[in-house]
Amino acid sequence: MLGLGMDQLRSDMNRLLALLFHQGVLDEQFLQLQQLQDETSPNFVSEVVNIYFHESEKLLRNIRGLLMDKEFSDYKKIGIHLNQFMGSSSSIGAKRVTNVCVAFRAASEQNNHPGCLRALELLEHEYCYLKNKLHEFFQIEQQRALAAGVRYPIQN
Amino acid sequence: MVMAAESQFHVLAVDDSLIDRKLIEKLLKTSSYQVTAVDSGSKALEFLRLNANDQSDPKTPVSPNNNQEVEVNLIITDYCMPGMTGYDLLKKIKESSSLRNIPVVIMSSENVPSRISRCLEEGAEEFFLKPVSLSDLSRIKPHMMKTKLKDQKQEIKEELEKQEELKNPEFQLQHQQLQQHHQQLLLPQEKLQEQQSLPQSNNNKRKAMEETLSPDRTRPRYSSIATFV
Repeated sequence: MLGLGMDQLRSDMNRLLALLFHQGVLDEQFLQLQQLQDETSPNFVSEVVNIYFHESEKLLRNIRGLLMDKEFSDYKKIGIHLNQFMGSSSSIGAKRVTNVCVAFRAASEQNNHPGCLRALELLEHEYCYLKNKLHEFFQIEQQRALAAGVRYPIQN
Repeated sequence: MVMAAESQFHVLAVDDSLIDRKLIEKLLKTSSYQVTAVDSGSKALEFLRLNANDQSDPKTPVSPNNNQEVEVNLIITDYCMPGMTGYDLLKKIKESSSLRNIPVVIMSSENVPSRISRCLEEGAEEFFLKPVSLSDLSRIKPHMMKTKLKDQKQEIKEELEKQEELKNPEFQLQHQQLQQHHQQLLLPQEKLQEQQSLPQSNNNKRKAMEETLSPDRTRPRYSSIATFV
C-alpha cells in the first residue's frame, strides 16, 4: 500500500512542479538546487529556501516601511533592497518574483512613487503565492521522506 | 611532486549574499574543491594575506606544501558588494605582488558588457552570470592547473639552481661524464649516416649534435639529482 503511496506522492510533486514551471513561477534554477541536494546535504533545498523566506520578508518590510513614509525620497535605498531581493530570487529560481523586481526597480529609477506602490503590492502578492506553493512542495517532500523511511521486506 | 598532483584545489568565494554564498559553496564542494566563503572583499584580503604570509616563510626543499597553511588556488567573487566591489577586490589582488598570480573569477547577476570587459581587462580570468551553474565551474580548473604548473616549474628551477650552487665541482664532473657517455652512444649512428650519403650526413650530424645538446642539458641534471637524493 505504501508503494502506491510513494508513487502518488511522486506524481503529486511532479504535478506541482510542472504547474509552477508552466506558470513561470519557478525556472530551471530550482531544479539545479534539487540536483545539488545529496547525502552530504540532504536538506539543502529547504535550508536555502528558508533563508530566502527569512531575508525576503525582511526586505519587503523595509521596502514597505520606506515607501509608506510620508517624507519618502530615498529611491536609491529602495533600489539597493530590490537588487538584493532580485539576486536571491533568481538564485533560487523564483522567476516571477524576479521579474516583478525588475519592473519595480524601473519605477524606482524614475522616482515614480505610485508606480512603486503598485509594484510593491504585486511583489508581495507574487511572493505570497510562491511561499505557499513552496510550502506545499516541502510538505510532499516530507511525506516522501517519511514513507521512504518505512522498510518492507518485499519490494516491487 | 606527487603530493602536489593529488592535493585538492582550494577556492576562496566572496559574496555578501548569504544565499549565494551557500550556493557557491555547495557548487564548489560538489566539484570536489575545498572552499572558504567570506562575505566581503576586506575579509577576503584578510584571509589571503594571512595565508600568503605563512607561505613566505622559508620552505624546506623536500615538501613545499606542508598543508598546515591554506594555499588559495582561485578567488571567485561577486561583482556587486557594498563597500569594496568585486572589481575593487580584483584590482587590489592584481596590485599585490604576493597575490597577483592567483586567478580571479567574477560573478554578476547583471549582463553589462562594459562591466564584463572592464573586469577581463583588469585581469579576471572568467566572468560568470548568476545564477552560476556546475558547467560554469568546470571552466575554472584550467586556470588553477596553469598556476600550479607554473609554481611547480618555478620550484624545480629554484631546486636546480640550489643544487648546482651546493655541489658545483662534483656536479660539473658528473655532467661532463654524462655528456661523454651520450656522445659515445651517438658515434655508431653517425658512422651509419656517413656511409649512407655524404651531403646529407653533415646535416644529420648537426641535427644529431643539436639533439644531444638541448635535451641533454636538462636530462643529465635530473639524473644527477636522483643520485644525490
